[in-house]
Amino acid sequence: MSFDAETLNRLSRLAALDISPDQLRSLGGEMDSILALIAQLQAVDTAGVTPLAHPLSALGEIGLRLRTDVAAAGIDRAANMKNAPETENGLFLVPKVLE
Amino acid sequence: MTWEIVIGIETHVQLATESKIFSSAPTAFGAPPNTQASVVDLALPGTLPVLNGKAVQCAIKFGLAVNEGRSDNIARRSVFARKNYFYPDLPKGYQISQFELPVVTGGSVTIYVDGVEKVVKLTRAHLEEDAGKSLHEGLETSGVSGIDLNRAGTPLLEVVTEPDMRSAAEAVAYAKALHGIVTWIGICDGNMQEGSFRCDANVSVRRVGEPLGTRCEIKNLNSFRFMEKAINYEVRRQIEVIEDGGKVIQQTRLYDADRDETRAMRTKEDAMDYRYFPDPDLLPLVISDSDIAKAQAIMPELPTAMAARMVADLGLSDYDARLLTQSRATATYFFGLIEKCPGQTKLAANWITGELASQLNCDSLEIDVSPVGFIQLGNLLNRVADGTLSSKMAKEVFGYMWAGELGGDADAIIAARGLKQVSDAGAIEKIVDEVLARNEKSVAEFKSGKEKALQALVGQVMKASAGKANPGQVNDILRKKLSS
Amino acid sequence: MAILDIAKRLAGREVSAVELAQDTLGKISAQRDLNAFLHVDPDLTLAEARRADARREAGEAEGGAKPLLGVPVAHKDIFVTRDWRSTAGSKMLEHYVSPFDATVVTRLREAGMVCVGKLNCDEFAMGSSNENSAFGPVKNPWDKSRIPGGSSGGSAAAIAAGIVPATTGTDTGGSLRQPAAMCGVTAIKPTYGRVSRYGMIAFASSLDQGGPMAKSAEDCALLLDAMVGFDPLDSTSLDNPEAKVPVWRAFSDQIASKHPPNGEFAGLRIGVPREFFQGVIAPTEREQSVFTHNAVSELVHLAIEEFARRGATLVDISLPRTALSIPTYYVISSAEASSNLNRFDGMRFGHRATHYKDLGDMIAKSRAEGFGREVQRRILTGAYVLSHGYYDAYYLQAQRVRRLIADDFQDAFKACDLIMGPVAPTTAWKIGEKSTDPVAMYLEDIFTLGVSLAGLPGMSVPCGFDASNLPVGLQIIGNYFQEPAMLATAHRYQQLTDWHLRTPGAAT
Repeated sequence: MSFDAETLNRLSRLAALDISPDQLRSLGGEMDSILALIAQLQAVDTAGVTPLAHPLSALGEIGLRLRTDVAAAGIDRAANMKNAPETENGLFLVPKVLE
Repeated sequence: MTWEIVIGIETHVQLATESKIFSSAPTAFGAPPNTQASVVDLALPGTLPVLNGKAVQCAIKFGLAVNEGRSDNIARRSVFARKNYFYPDLPKGYQISQFELPVVTGGSVTIYVDGVEKVVKLTRAHLEEDAGKSLHEGLETSGVSGIDLNRAGTPLLEVVTEPDMRSAAEAVAYAKALHGIVTWIGICDGNMQEGSFRCDANVSVRRVGEPLGTRCEIKNLNSFRFMEKAINYEVRRQIEVIEDGGKVIQQTRLYDADRDETRAMRTKEDAMDYRYFPDPDLLPLVISDSDIAKAQAIMPELPTAMAARMVADLGLSDYDARLLTQSRATATYFFGLIEKCPGQTKLAANWITGELASQLNCDSLEIDVSPVGFIQLGNLLNRVADGTLSSKMAKEVFGYMWAGELGGDADAIIAARGLKQVSDAGAIEKIVDEVLARNEKSVAEFKSGKEKALQALVGQVMKASAGKANPGQVNDILRKKLSS
Repeated sequence: MAILDIAKRLAGREVSAVELAQDTLGKISAQRDLNAFLHVDPDLTLAEARRADARREAGEAEGGAKPLLGVPVAHKDIFVTRDWRSTAGSKMLEHYVSPFDATVVTRLREAGMVCVGKLNCDEFAMGSSNENSAFGPVKNPWDKSRIPGGSSGGSAAAIAAGIVPATTGTDTGGSLRQPAAMCGVTAIKPTYGRVSRYGMIAFASSLDQGGPMAKSAEDCALLLDAMVGFDPLDSTSLDNPEAKVPVWRAFSDQIASKHPPNGEFAGLRIGVPREFFQGVIAPTEREQSVFTHNAVSELVHLAIEEFARRGATLVDISLPRTALSIPTYYVISSAEASSNLNRFDGMRFGHRATHYKDLGDMIAKSRAEGFGREVQRRILTGAYVLSHGYYDAYYLQAQRVRRLIADDFQDAFKACDLIMGPVAPTTAWKIGEKSTDPVAMYLEDIFTLGVSLAGLPGMSVPCGFDASNLPVGLQIIGNYFQEPAMLATAHRYQQLTDWHLRTPGAAT
């Protein structure tokens, strides 16, 4: 089992990481060790076991808490956008989106 | 060689809540860019989602409405999942949606096309958040798009049908019926121009008897007219491709209204692996009996129940009852109208489904913004009922009311234009005598057995009276005089 | 000095909050070589200190109330702050200033603490040595050629070096407990859901928990008391009755109760997991080596025997899936992290590349330039285990094994009240020694990961020094909501020992 170049390319595209071919090569070796580590899980017999997505579920069936439908005032647009790389008239600017 | 069209519809229904689904930012339409995007909506580091209880209640109401008030299609435990992909209008880089365990499974919507009833089954309905908007024009800086995240986080209920529809007409009928339901139960304002109700159509074709063809998805159809045209174009396109020996490629397409054609979208969405997994920031949504009871308590009478009541209590036909319960606004108008002119249920129904519907359609207006309100129309119908106006004359007056003459006041218009129906027997007799004297030929023809000649004479009398003579009386008086 | 002693000095007007703050700022400057601090702003700190003094003048601390008023604190750079930058140890957020404060920061400020700066950490909390920080490693005050542990390396070093009496950190797989052990300080990771995650830059949502680090269990109890509590802004924040029990009051009640005649710890059943001490049948040779009997297990054994000597009963228990906790943790945490980090796309905040062809290229280059290697590895791993075709075999399987691990702990707790063992298999290693092999680093977390997976509370308490004078930590694991009992037990141990009072000598 290993991370071949094709798999690494697919994953880096999915994850939007522009990794150079050189880096991908060395990454491949590291990813292989990680893959060997996590592959240990395959051998475990988990027939009939329900996944534990939240540690809180181990305490008992706990449901999502709901919020009352009230619109809060006081959105500070300037503060919220102060870290933006580029803005214009209250819009975030990004390279042109092609539909 | 007969082709079968297979259509499934996915509709994004924007829920009418005050705040967003996972943040408390306001949802009102049309605010300046990013003034309704909170730190949670902008996905700033450290922010977390908290679910809006009203959105859940809307989903429950919908589940009840498409299942005749029963709750067995509402999941007592549903899960929010992350749909991962990168796009400027998706701040977190994932959309919080529901995947394996949606809040509603099953239900149905009944449609009528050319009087034929059909049941469209629903696969599911689930809660998710809306994305923001990208603007590509009107920016000072060149080569960029502007991102407005006001809409990001607005609650959506995505309703998915089975591929049960077999024509564009059925698809539109379904979309209209669904639109009627969500506005009826008050979970959506139904404003398609503002994007409150958006449909995607999954269309495929196959030769009868063969397995399902490859489908294409036409996205973001926000008008019923465009939906019909888009589907028809797409069907023709797919058939052409196959008949030319090619294969339909599965893709996402957009409808171009200017050119009346669909074209493939540039994005590689079809190959995307969304890596759905349960959102670890949100626990499973648990819906209790009490939650369902609360929703049932605030549900309005459903259209099917109201229609049944109209048939049973008011003696209306199934057809009329269905038309009158097409929307809450229509039903409200009807009940208001019959209160204004009691005892005239059938007349009221006929006018709403006939003259009023026709005018609304002509001007592309919805009934809730009708220039003639039910009080005004009620006054008009009372004048028909009491003989002041003939039916024909009433339609003329209605036209003047529609145009806003004299504030739409029927009585004022009748008076100003002198349109009061003449029902004085003496006055009518006088006109009849004059007409008979001038039309000896028609008199002779009638007396020799030609019934049609009577109509000609009636027409002459109506013309002589400038249309104001009571047609019923004219008929009676003419017959009396002709038989003597 | 213990926080309560600082509080006494402040109450007695022997010192003011401003003086304490100035003193702390001086210590930060003097020990800059540790690289524990990323952002310091004397003006901001002194302004907070003046406010604290004003609040004291207004009588807020009368009668022993608000013991934290005027006490200095530093926050791990994972907690967002309005007034200081928040980088999460990453180039991606090098210049980021949050428009809001983390709930933990707000709560400690409301309690009157004075923030002296933001602490260095492994990038996005991913790491066990603080070598993954984009702003350089933190040095262990006990031996500056060694790592302090991670990811809350700055938090631990700042306490160990005597710079500040209180720091906050976060723990996803051991990131509070392990650096505390490596630096000879005390820390506690609470039950999952007790401390709000709002404002904590997310790593792995179902595992992350914030917690305090200080010189003693008593100090940690004071700090934890101010940090816990239901937060409506965090859907995973607990508001059940057990979560509402006030930590400090419950802790005080427990330590006030007179100890039984047959020893301070009589009646206490301590579970000792055999997998934490003996050789375990590990799948590979490399894993076998971490379990070799060494100074750590010797000292931890001795510490546990101290409890037994004073009345505790030692119970042999088994946590059979201890080794499996490693792949389980890496699958789950990488999956959640890969998704949590999608928001870093160069569009609304954070690093944006300067050269790119189009939108997609901009996003991919910004992320590749902004994220360090370990973070990129985990993102790729996460994408892999969630991808179509692998989700069931990896992610779901890991969640199933997670349930088995949580069940193992519940089985163990039937026979004991607290579980004790080492925090880490080794003491602090040399900077650069393990950073070339990611998996070697992952194996270091073997004793802490299971606790995080189950959402249980866990503590690290100093219990000795190895031959190189490097600290060793004792891990105390409790059942859900047992923080007061754990802190009380640790406090009693700290009254009988002085490991926690030792400081790095000038000679090292």
